[in-house]
Amino acid sequence: MSARELLDLVWLIPALPLFGAVVLLLFGKRIGEPAAGWLGTGLMGLAFAWSVVTFLALRDVEPRAHSYDLFTWLPSGGFEVKMGFLADPLSVTFILFVTGVGALIHLYAIGYMHGDARFGRFFAYMNLFAASMLVLVLGNNFLVTFLGWEGVGLCSYLLVSFWFERNSAAVAGKKAFVTNRIGDFGFMLAMFLIFARLGSLDYGVMTEGADGLANGTATAIALLLFLGAVGKSAQFPLHVWLPDAMEGPTPVSALIHAATMVTAGVFLVARAHPFFEASGSASEVVAWVGAGTALFAGTIALVQPDIKRVLAYSTVSQLGYMFLALGVGAYGAAIFLVVMHAFFKATLFLGAGSVIHGNADNQDIRTMGGLRRYMPYTAAAFIIAWLAIAGIPPFAGFWAKDEVLADAFFADQFGVWAVGTVAAALTALYMAREVWLVFFGNERFRAPAGGDPVEEHAEETPRDSEEWLRGPTVAYGEPPRSPRLTHDRHEVPPTMVVPVLVLAALSVVGGLLNLPFKTLEHLGHWLEPVFEGVPEIEATSFLSAARLSTLSVFMGVLGIAIALLLYRRGLPDPARDPLDERLGVAGRVFGHAWYVDESIARAVAGPGRRFADWLNDGLDHRGIDGAVNGVANLVRRTGGGLRRVQSGLVRNYALGVVFGAAGLLLFLVFRAG
Amino acid sequence: MDEFPLLTCIILTPAVGAVLVALTPARRPELSRAVGYAATAATAGFAGYLLWHFETGRAGYQFVEDHRWIGSLGVRYLLGVDGISLFMVALTALLFPLGLLASATLTERVKAFTVWMLILEASLLGVFLGLDLVLFFVFFEIVLVPMYFIIGGWGHENRVYAAIKFFLFTMAGSAFLLVGLLTLAFLHARAPGNDLTFDLRVLMEWAPGGLSDGTARLLFLAFFAAFAVKVPLFPLHTWLPDAHTEAPTAGSVILAGVLLKMGTYGFLRFSLTLFPEAAVDLAPLLLVLATIGITYGAIVAAMQPDLKRLIAYSSVAHLGFVVLGIFALTTQGLEGGLFTMISHGLTTSALFLLVGMLYDRRHTRQISDFGGLWKSVPILGGLFVATAFASIGLPGFSGFVGEFLALLGTFLVHRPYAIVAAVGVILAAVYLLWAVQRAFTGEPSGENATLPDLGFRELACVVPLLGLSLFLGIYPKPVIDRVEPSVKGIIEHVEDHTDYEEPAVATEGEEAER
Repeated sequence: MSARELLDLVWLIPALPLFGAVVLLLFGKRIGEPAAGWLGTGLMGLAFAWSVVTFLALRDVEPRAHSYDLFTWLPSGGFEVKMGFLADPLSVTFILFVTGVGALIHLYAIGYMHGDARFGRFFAYMNLFAASMLVLVLGNNFLVTFLGWEGVGLCSYLLVSFWFERNSAAVAGKKAFVTNRIGDFGFMLAMFLIFARLGSLDYGVMTEGADGLANGTATAIALLLFLGAVGKSAQFPLHVWLPDAMEGPTPVSALIHAATMVTAGVFLVARAHPFFEASGSASEVVAWVGAGTALFAGTIALVQPDIKRVLAYSTVSQLGYMFLALGVGAYGAAIFLVVMHAFFKATLFLGAGSVIHGNADNQDIRTMGGLRRYMPYTAAAFIIAWLAIAGIPPFAGFWAKDEVLADAFFADQFGVWAVGTVAAALTALYMAREVWLVFFGNERFRAPAGGDPVEEHAEETPRDSEEWLRGPTVAYGEPPRSPRLTHDRHEVPPTMVVPVLVLAALSVVGGLLNLPFKTLEHLGHWLEPVFEGVPEIEATSFLSAARLSTLSVFMGVLGIAIALLLYRRGLPDPARDPLDERLGVAGRVFGHAWYVDESIARAVAGPGRRFADWLNDGLDHRGIDGAVNGVANLVRRTGGGLRRVQSGLVRNYALGVVFGAAGLLLFLVFRAG
Repeated sequence: MDEFPLLTCIILTPAVGAVLVALTPARRPELSRAVGYAATAATAGFAGYLLWHFETGRAGYQFVEDHRWIGSLGVRYLLGVDGISLFMVALTALLFPLGLLASATLTERVKAFTVWMLILEASLLGVFLGLDLVLFFVFFEIVLVPMYFIIGGWGHENRVYAAIKFFLFTMAGSAFLLVGLLTLAFLHARAPGNDLTFDLRVLMEWAPGGLSDGTARLLFLAFFAAFAVKVPLFPLHTWLPDAHTEAPTAGSVILAGVLLKMGTYGFLRFSLTLFPEAAVDLAPLLLVLATIGITYGAIVAAMQPDLKRLIAYSSVAHLGFVVLGIFALTTQGLEGGLFTMISHGLTTSALFLLVGMLYDRRHTRQISDFGGLWKSVPILGGLFVATAFASIGLPGFSGFVGEFLALLGTFLVHRPYAIVAAVGVILAAVYLLWAVQRAFTGEPSGENATLPDLGFRELACVVPLLGLSLFLGIYPKPVIDRVEPSVKGIIEHVEDHTDYEEPAVATEGEEAER
């Protein structure tokens, strides 16, 4: 088979997990545990293998892009959309890490979801998610991407609400979907405008036509697309759904809400970069929203007491960095950070999952501590990923974040560069706080004698207990959850340890993908054909680049140092967080996420609700329908004969009307005739 | 005409079925049911034959049957099918057997119910197939009677109020229609060289040039009154929530699935072809009402405590997309509108069926009475959630294709309306997912915890609808291919008689931009 024939089969990559989803949805219960999990994982493994084949095949074709139309999806007049797939360096980079990281997380979930009543369903949703994500990145036009885009939204809803018996999970899933829909509104309008101007939603047409657009049109398209990206990638002010999405099972948080789906917005902007390049000012907006979000979310993460919420806000912040990079035109750096982030954030989430899994579902880091002695592998992996995200060389995150900031600097975007640099110190600080509170310091996870301890072997809380239904998420300001373990923690089973260790290893060596030296920028060179025509950002001199690197390492070390100073002994009193106390009022503002979510919720529940009530009760019921009934009553009062209608002789009345109508018809016809 | 009168067979089969059911003894309900199933299945068979033999790529009417009926008045028995009506016929023929199947739990006066259902089916099919204005009007009116009895006879607590309201609203609209069509025909007959005729094919060639602007507008509004009530367009919609809510399940299914489409079908078939100038001039009025319907319907839907009322208001929003698309007067708009008509027939019917199944189990429709149903009845819950997403317009389901095309088609010519209407896409997610959250998620308690899940019969009602919605979402081409020539015919007709011109990009795509 020639390379192009192989590339024609790229649709197999989403088809494999889609097949798994269909089988598991229909027969998941019958297949049972753990076979359903292995089926889902195996298909993801196959998809990864086929992605590697696709990658190798793509290296053999010139130019580096291959489009293949499976069938005509939507042909309406001049609007014709094919179910078509595009293999190019950008999409192939995404499918490699989506399937690779995805397969590892599926494997981890076999252990994590052990004993769940809906085990098969879980893997069905996970496979459906993977298929949608792959469609999203492989589509060769906006509408196929949108199909995947909405598909991942659906799966996100289903998986966040997976434990829908919990009210908090059900609400979080709905919130995620609705907030995303606000972004989709922008995405859809962007597509309308693209079609109105270019006559096609094809990416090929976009590449050729974007340049010729009026600047205003290009800006409008770019900003509408960016609205979609802001929703999906949880940027300010549509970030509010992501922290709540942590209600989902932790592998979901790792796969969807850290490694893959939330980077779809980054992908979209990268894919549609001709519009952003043609606009210019739109890119400025992207850069500032990204930088602002990176800082904003970083401050919130500082004082959160929930192990997953810290990671959630961290994800929002890291996504901000990616948009910062896109906005300054450093597309390669953005994609580099996407991939590295997938490695280390997946490690962090899976590590967090392991911690929660064996900690009687406790997510409160204030009542953990010293866990490294009991979970050495998990601790090692978590620490590696922490150093990676904090930007400590030679771990993966350093290379990526350093490149993003350096590119911002050399693109003369000093404002966003400065914001990003400050946020880097915050990243190191909040992550070091989490690491220390979980793995070091005093041990606070044992239930006090005479408390309400969990039985030695019943680590899982029963699924219909009030405790379980309340949900595990710990909000800022809540008193520390009382620990319920009576025994020492122990390491999780191998199916859970192995994926975490593999991902941690990738967080160590991932940087090799793209070292900042001419001949070692593999990823950058690989992506070049996609971003052809985008001016390259060059360092003014090696020395200034080195100085910038030193500065960003210094920011990382600074953050870690502050955390060590505050938390080296852990928490003597779980109810008192030294960082929170020192921040004072600022700590409360950060803890309440700058009150953004609460203000929106209050606006919706207050004026929003009142308006809807008025529309329903005032206008519709009393206004319009009241008028109708008023007229009817008037007629009834004047026409005494009709009163019998109300006494139940419906049939007579109806027949009367029929005969009346017929009579009227005849009368008119004959008279006129 | 020596051809096999297929269309007559389609209309006659349920009518004959009704007569046969009437002949069965009332104490043998199973016999009435069997005949009902047989008649609707046979009709579906004929409709399937029609779909199969319908010639794709032809704009004109096919399977035309033309006979003199009332000679002195020029009224003809004129039937024909084109891309506009083809899928309405198919949808009708599909929903009736499913509606009867869903009514298998009905125990009261089964015979009468079945008779009314079959008469209803025959008259609805007549509406979509009749091309003579009088013939159309007769069917259009007959529809009211069985629907009235179905709501009034087998409905819920407030059925009498709802049935009368339904009847009066639609009768009021129809009166205008009758006056309008008679005036049109007589004006036509008065012109030199013309005979009295109600043949749509003749009138649509004459009316655009033959009527003065003012008259055309008045007549457009007369037709509009009848169709707008049926759709229903804001602010003529308040009969719908009552009728939907009080009707028995099968009644709601037919109301939402087919009956409302009589209005939008009327716009397509008559308003655009007979009065193109007025349609173009008055389009902004309809676009405004449609846009209000989309947003207003969605917000009010969210506030309903009754699940059936909620779905009823969602119909106001969905049908708003249809009207929006139709009066955008672009290929995408019309096709999107038509597609939404089909899609809404599938998904909303499925939602009503599912709510009916819930009612059978819990004898309530109040959302607050439910809770945690996804856990206690996982199949019903899963299907409801899936159908909700189909109704929301998730890509991959038919709803998306329709709404997307309707909005796209509107965007090309009337940008602000499309932008406001697109907000409806967000709102749809709000009202349906909120309802799902309150009724289906959480931990079930009390009666909700011990309900039986769906049986085979119930699955057989819902799964085909959801399956079709999924199929048409992924592969809508067979439908669009059959619809497109007729849609283009309508738009060309409008272009020929007005100075409106469809933007080039709508018909030529990227070629237009080269």
